[in-house]
Amino acid sequence: MKLDRTAYLTLALSLGVPVALALLNQTTEVGSALHIPTYVVALAGKYLCYAMLALAVDLVWGFAGILSLGHAAFFALGGYAMGMYLMRQIGTRGVYGNAELPDFMVFLGWHELPWYWQGSQWFPFAVAMALIVPGVLAMGFGWLAFRSRVTGVYLSIITQALTYALLLAFFRNDMGFGGNNGMTDFKDILGLNVQADSTRSALMVISALCLCVQYLVARFVVQSRFGKVLIAVRNTESRTRFLGYRPEAYKLVVWTLSAVMAGIGGALYVPQVGIINPSEFAPANSIEAVIWVAVGGRGTLSGAILGAVAVNFGKTWFTGMLPDYWLYALGALFIFVTLFLPKGIMGLFAKRAAKPVAVLEVAE
Amino acid sequence: MAITEPTISRRGLARLGAAAATVAAIGAVKTAAAAETSGTIKVGILHSLSGTMAISETTLKDVMLMLIEQQNAKGGLLGKKLEAVVVDPASNWPLFAEKARQLISVEKCAATFGCWTSVSRKSVLPVFEELNSILFYPVQYEGQECSRNVFYTGAAPNQQAIPAVDYLMKENKVKRWVLAGTDYVYPRTTNQILEAYLIAKGVAKDDIMINYTPFGHSDWQNIVASIKKFGSAGKKTAVVSTINGDANVPFYKELGNQGLKATDIPVVAFSVGEEELAGIDTKPLLGHLAAWNYFQSVDTSINKSFIDAWHAYTKKPTRTTNDPMEAHFIGFNMWVKAVEAAGTTDSNAVIDAMLGVSVPNLSGGYSAMMPNHHITKPVLIGEIQADGQFNIVSQTPGLVVAQEWSPYVADTKDLIGDWRAPLHCGAFNVKTGHCTAGKKA
Amino acid sequence: MRRLLAFLMIAAVSLASGPSKADPVDDAVTALSSGSFDSVHEGVGQLVASGSPRAAAIIGSLQNGKLYFRPDHTLFIKQDDGTYVGALTGTPAEAGAVKPVKVNNAIRGAMDAALGALRLFSPDAATRMTAAEAVFHAADPAALPALTKALEKEADPAVKVRMQQARAAVVLASPDGAEADRVAAVGVLRARGDIDARGFLASLSDQPPAVAAAITSALTAIDRLAQIWSVGQSIYYGLSLGSVLLLAAAGLAITFGVMGVINMAHGEMVMIGAYTTFVVQQFMRAHTPGLYGASLLFAVPLAFMVSGSIGIVIERTLIRWLYGRPLETLLATWGLSLVLQQAVRTIFGANNQDVDTPPWMSGATALGGLTLTWNRMYIILFSAVVLAGLMAALRYTSLGLRMRAVTQNRRMAAAMGIRTPWIDALTFGLGSGIAGMAGVALSQIDNVSPNLGQSYIIDSFMVVVFGGVGNLWGTTLGALTLGIVNKFLEPVAGAVVAKIVVLVLLILFIQRRPRGMFPLKGRAVES
Repeated sequence: MKLDRTAYLTLALSLGVPVALALLNQTTEVGSALHIPTYVVALAGKYLCYAMLALAVDLVWGFAGILSLGHAAFFALGGYAMGMYLMRQIGTRGVYGNAELPDFMVFLGWHELPWYWQGSQWFPFAVAMALIVPGVLAMGFGWLAFRSRVTGVYLSIITQALTYALLLAFFRNDMGFGGNNGMTDFKDILGLNVQADSTRSALMVISALCLCVQYLVARFVVQSRFGKVLIAVRNTESRTRFLGYRPEAYKLVVWTLSAVMAGIGGALYVPQVGIINPSEFAPANSIEAVIWVAVGGRGTLSGAILGAVAVNFGKTWFTGMLPDYWLYALGALFIFVTLFLPKGIMGLFAKRAAKPVAVLEVAE
Repeated sequence: MAITEPTISRRGLARLGAAAATVAAIGAVKTAAAAETSGTIKVGILHSLSGTMAISETTLKDVMLMLIEQQNAKGGLLGKKLEAVVVDPASNWPLFAEKARQLISVEKCAATFGCWTSVSRKSVLPVFEELNSILFYPVQYEGQECSRNVFYTGAAPNQQAIPAVDYLMKENKVKRWVLAGTDYVYPRTTNQILEAYLIAKGVAKDDIMINYTPFGHSDWQNIVASIKKFGSAGKKTAVVSTINGDANVPFYKELGNQGLKATDIPVVAFSVGEEELAGIDTKPLLGHLAAWNYFQSVDTSINKSFIDAWHAYTKKPTRTTNDPMEAHFIGFNMWVKAVEAAGTTDSNAVIDAMLGVSVPNLSGGYSAMMPNHHITKPVLIGEIQADGQFNIVSQTPGLVVAQEWSPYVADTKDLIGDWRAPLHCGAFNVKTGHCTAGKKA
Repeated sequence: MRRLLAFLMIAAVSLASGPSKADPVDDAVTALSSGSFDSVHEGVGQLVASGSPRAAAIIGSLQNGKLYFRPDHTLFIKQDDGTYVGALTGTPAEAGAVKPVKVNNAIRGAMDAALGALRLFSPDAATRMTAAEAVFHAADPAALPALTKALEKEADPAVKVRMQQARAAVVLASPDGAEADRVAAVGVLRARGDIDARGFLASLSDQPPAVAAAITSALTAIDRLAQIWSVGQSIYYGLSLGSVLLLAAAGLAITFGVMGVINMAHGEMVMIGAYTTFVVQQFMRAHTPGLYGASLLFAVPLAFMVSGSIGIVIERTLIRWLYGRPLETLLATWGLSLVLQQAVRTIFGANNQDVDTPPWMSGATALGGLTLTWNRMYIILFSAVVLAGLMAALRYTSLGLRMRAVTQNRRMAAAMGIRTPWIDALTFGLGSGIAGMAGVALSQIDNVSPNLGQSYIIDSFMVVVFGGVGNLWGTTLGALTLGIVNKFLEPVAGAVVAKIVVLVLLILFIQRRPRGMFPLKGRAVES
């Protein structure tokens, strides 16, 4: 794998800034000029998880031409897998003091843990589920969709239908995932208090590490021979097929990989924000993830990370500064970026000589 | 291999550096601005101003701004001006937690007034407990919670649901019940409590129908028809509706059109107030009921001056007032009184000073903060009138004390919350003598 | 209604016992002006029993909230012009400080029954019809003599049937009466066969065995019939849901289906249409109250124009820069939808706005065992008209011809001298305008709030994709299928699960038919 200046910069920033924040938060006194408040650490952790989702979206949209309007579903499923583990760690410290059942099950009058909650008290199991569940769902869905050559907007709309169906399903209290309230009030992760500053800093640094690994994996994939076929599929799927490749196989692999990446993001997201509930499945969240990628620069990987962090930073800032008008600012930003920065923020920094990143679908 | 990634040029790098510097500079300016205003007491307002809940919560932000303005006109608090810090959590639950953290640890707000949905409260609860700050929660809710850091100024189920059912049983001789709600915690808990209560009152299980619908459900044709069918079994039937905000308008429109009249099958709602009715033509809904602790039509002088102030503040003589607004009115006045008594805005001192504080409510009496961090309230039952207001047909003779832990839920029937010394516990089991949750740290 | 009977008896006794008692009308007035619900309830009964010629007028005004009282136990009726007349005299009077007489549901029920009995002899057939229905609902044995007399005089066959049903209810409700009469009465109600008749029959208890048997068999018969009708009812519900979906999706079928623009702000065009309706109603209420009942007829073209022109502006300023980049329009229009929502929130506030349903669209009619709500019937009709108009416009107008030419082969159309940019703008305007008209219809059944559009956007995309992009017939069939399937699943599975099942079926269907039910043929659609 060849790393260029952009890659080194991306890795340095994605890892360096979080580590610096964590160190400053941990080693300096509150009130010192160099102190980084926990609030910032919590925010940074959240942005890093969103960046993983954006990276996953960019991998399929930027390089395989699959516009997913349901990627947040994989993110949320990963989050639920982790949420189940965290719920089980509460143990008797819940409101009803039931060692076995989470509070919401006691409240619904359930007497035993449903089968799909078995094993969720083990951390390795939870991590495995955070990878397997989004992966398997994506594989099944992708196998059906790519095999029958559902493409373009049709594919986008059914990914949206998928996340919408999951949203409705998880809303149901009878599903056994806490209904609309979801899961919250977590206490421990691996025996450490999730609310402790040190845990927060550690989680943020782990998120940064995961993001960097994901970035390297994604780069490796798109730079490999496999990646070149993928780009060929993106540009002209039929021609690639006529050349003897099987586009559906390539798409299925990258689609599943992308879902797993999103799932990891979700799993790290939940302990840091402290809640997982069905609104994470809302189609609007998936569309937003696509927008982060577009703002950063589609098909650039590092742009996805930049876009996710920039848009979410803007959101944090505007919702605090201009509570009544921030939607104007955000909406205008999206319009501005599409009209004037078609290659996203990365396009601004790109060398003039560089080839266009996202070659548009050429009419066949 | 440059086909996948643009390479950043040196000039690009310089631009990136400039952008980062700008962001840093903005941050610095903001910190300076915060330092300048340290002579005020900050009050956080955490209500959604965009997204699905903006419809209900925007009004509460406005009423808080009005109350703070009034307090400042009276000279502020502890000799300092109050300063409102408004943020927009945008109906996004994780964002609620983020904004709560911002209000407490960045803005250093002395207290926060906010949240509407249960999930938003659940989302911020760990933050308030971790950072030991104060939240005033103004909406009727399902109970089953008693945090040291939250003051619940809305109704618990026994302050709303049970008196309403009693009224229908007594006045309309209702024998058959439809419990219709949106599928989330508040309706689930309320219906669970009501079902247990009705069965205890001798209603047969077959005479209770429970129905749940998703949020924002907009096509009620089937459900209204099935209510009609359920009501044709020859016994007086009533609907107890815990349908949430947005879904109510289409529900009532369908009720009106299918001709379900209040004289045949009355509907009593716990989430429909003046604000929701402002969006409906109420003529076909004459006589359907709602149970609250306050109605705009309450005929007292304190209510009249509150409404006048509200109209003057919003410059809109048609703006309605509603129950959660009254809750904020009570909560804010209680907080002011507690801060004055404590002589500081320090959380621990204020939390202790809050207990027993009593302030006028808008229906002519006094509401007091009980040791369970809930307040005493009268329960009012109103019938919808043609003008979108409520005609009060029943009022509890005294104030009702909230039961934060429901006696009708097996796992909580022995729990009490008492934040006085020496108990200091949000969930004390009176049978075992143990504090199961929410012990003061 | 036993209570009313009791009052009639008491009244009769007190009348018979001589003039030493106070005038029953005075008693009634005192009760009505007491300010307590229980006394007002009694007062209504006393007033009817007193036989006062003003009883109907007083109770009628009480029902409309026009009855006022003064602490000295005097009653006044408020006129439309704001003046008062004495309730007992009917002549103008100086009222002074008065308060309205408040009523609750129990009193409302008593008033319905009382007015029913009083109006059985009204010269107007429609009034007699309602009166008979009110008597049926009250089933008060005291009404029997009046009912019998009214039946003798009744000439209108429809009213006569209704009165017979009322009489049957009264006969069954009274404690005495011949068994044969009662069995015959059960037969009358069995023939009526609706949900009210079922409810009444089911409420009867302690009947002689023969009557009880007749009731049981009547209930079974009514239930069986209802089961058959319920299939038709579900189809109607499905059609009505489908027509709502169709209206919401029809505009999208143009902008998305024909032009290929993924317009995420489509829902906001619908919302703007609904707010246009609100503004039109506000304006008409203030300036032309006489035409208020027809406000929706004015709102439809206006909503079309408002949303349509906004659509044209959007196309000219935003979308035209993005042709050839279809997925990026998604992003820009998403941003636009945020801005539009917030703009509406800033202008009108975040609350729901009250859009009235005109009287001709309120209520329901019965067709056999079906309940057909007027607002939904009109919406079904309206969506059919919109669809027909749209198809006619595309097929028969020159604009339609050009639109089709541009979508089929843009370059060739341009070569033929068609100004394609202009056609693009008009096409987008047309799609947005139709969304605006959908907003007028949706304002009748849903919230008029800034979030209105958001709740329909996903469904609309599903419908268009399900039907086959670029095909109006596909969109129509798609909408109706989704509506009907949903409504048949709902009673079985519940509202939430029904929706999930529909979504899963849709996903599976797209696997079978990757381009929807009616795919467009040819190479133009490939990209």
